[in-house]
Amino acid sequence: MEKLIEILSSIHPDVDFENTVDLIDDGILDSLDIVTIVTEINDVFDVTIPAEEIVPENFNSAEALFALIEKLDEA
Amino acid sequence: MRKNILSYLEETTERLPHKLAFSNGKEGMSFSELLEASHAIGSELCRLGAKREPVVIFMDKHPKALAAFFGAIYAGCFYVCLDEKMPEARMRAILDNLNPRFLVCDKKNQKRAEALCVAHTFVYDDISVCDTDVVLLGKVRAEQCDTDPIYVVFTSGSTGIPKGVVACHRSVIDYTDSLIDALGFDENTVFGNQTPLYFDAPLKEIMPTLKMGATTYFIPKVNFSFPVRLIEYLNEHKINTVCWVVSAFVQVSSLGALEKVKPEYLTTVAFGSEVFPRKQYDLWREALPDARFFNLYGPTEATGMSCYWYANRALAEDEPIPVGRPFDNTRILLLNDDGKEAALGENGEICICGTCVTMGYYNNPEKTGESFVQNPLNSAYPEVIYRTGDIGRYNEYGELCFLCRKDSQIKHMGHRIELGEIEAAALKCSGVRRAACVYAAESKRIVLFYLGEADENGILAELSLHLPRYMIPNIIKKLDNMPLTDNGKTDRRGLRESAENM
Repeated sequence: MEKLIEILSSIHPDVDFENTVDLIDDGILDSLDIVTIVTEINDVFDVTIPAEEIVPENFNSAEALFALIEKLDEA
Repeated sequence: MRKNILSYLEETTERLPHKLAFSNGKEGMSFSELLEASHAIGSELCRLGAKREPVVIFMDKHPKALAAFFGAIYAGCFYVCLDEKMPEARMRAILDNLNPRFLVCDKKNQKRAEALCVAHTFVYDDISVCDTDVVLLGKVRAEQCDTDPIYVVFTSGSTGIPKGVVACHRSVIDYTDSLIDALGFDENTVFGNQTPLYFDAPLKEIMPTLKMGATTYFIPKVNFSFPVRLIEYLNEHKINTVCWVVSAFVQVSSLGALEKVKPEYLTTVAFGSEVFPRKQYDLWREALPDARFFNLYGPTEATGMSCYWYANRALAEDEPIPVGRPFDNTRILLLNDDGKEAALGENGEICICGTCVTMGYYNNPEKTGESFVQNPLNSAYPEVIYRTGDIGRYNEYGELCFLCRKDSQIKHMGHRIELGEIEAAALKCSGVRRAACVYAAESKRIVLFYLGEADENGILAELSLHLPRYMIPNIIKKLDNMPLTDNGKTDRRGLRESAENM
């Protein structure tokens, strides 16, 4: 989780990622951010996020995103 | 003679009053609803004495915003669209330039709109139900010429002060007719719009919708972050035509969405505003083998798009996508450094002539005079052409190709180098998704910024295969994000500044 927060914070240093749950609904993350996050997660966690998992529900909070990484890692 | 764009709306409403014209997927307006609201807004503006002056529209992207645009035009005025995401300073700079007396906002933006202190500020829900005065609107129409402006669109100036491009009925009618002819839009066209309303880009959807009685969906912005959702949206609304900026297409293909779900109804794909990386373009071609693809090219200063290339032949492996030929009733001049027409195969600045050339920059004779100039090949009578600052060349098929910006040409170690050429080479390297090359003039270094999985040494090795030694960047730097200007283009000024400090 720490590594993920690090990735997110490097994109938006001003956002409290541990406690924000509407990153998409509030328009905090835009389309460029999504690409960056997907790429970074690929590099750091060595998991590829398939296109069908790139949906708002998985990106609305750091927690949701981390759950996705764990799920993909187990698969 | 057609002299007013509103006649498109009036004729189509006569023919298809109840057809859905514009929708955001949840709320829509038919042609007759649009006409009715535009009439009401136009009448009220007239009653208050508005005349050939700017009407600022500060509304979210919604069909109602278009009713406000057309309302301004009914009053014989021109619209200027603000957006809630615009930085405060930019908004201020735009208002300083316009000094407007009229503003229409929606409820959501009311507070911020009122803070702008425009004398007559209306909320859409109020002004759109005012009484229509047919006699008054008729009087305004009778006095109008097709050279009256209908909008001012602000582009970012290289000095940081936005420049307002003024376009009139005549040039928009010209664009609408030639665009429809070239791309073949008709009543059955269902557009999925991506571009924001404060540019001239959405004219591609708005004007053919009015003229042909087509339908346009404003795709919610969030869908462009989530490509599978985006394609599902296209399918849900049976969208068959898209005219997006290149980065929107790249988002979809680079995240692998086309392998999961196909846009089932898409038959016309038009792209522009930036160079389409070939790898991503090819992914789209493979996914939609039967669709017609168009590359569009043109500056706001020449009303929407000026040139198009219909992808009716396969491109060679490293061949850039041509911008093709000008739309009907538009002429391209390729001028070399001596102000003469460039010979075949010679580089030249792309200059545009014809009705499409806009009227210049609002309240800015100095900048207007720099780019809207007398045709240097004609000394017999006044003929204004627009100098784009883009460098182009004709290929062996006689198709115009965009090479780079004029100001991206540098002199380094005695060599004349087009930074665009280095970028093009970088984009061919594996694991490079985006590339921007700048020149740090003080330290005399070429700096390449890129996005992608590739590492610096790998790129260096690959570039050495494509470029002469003097064109190899002195510094290669990976970025997490490409900095963008307000217009969504790569912020080269910002990159140049960081390059100077490396």
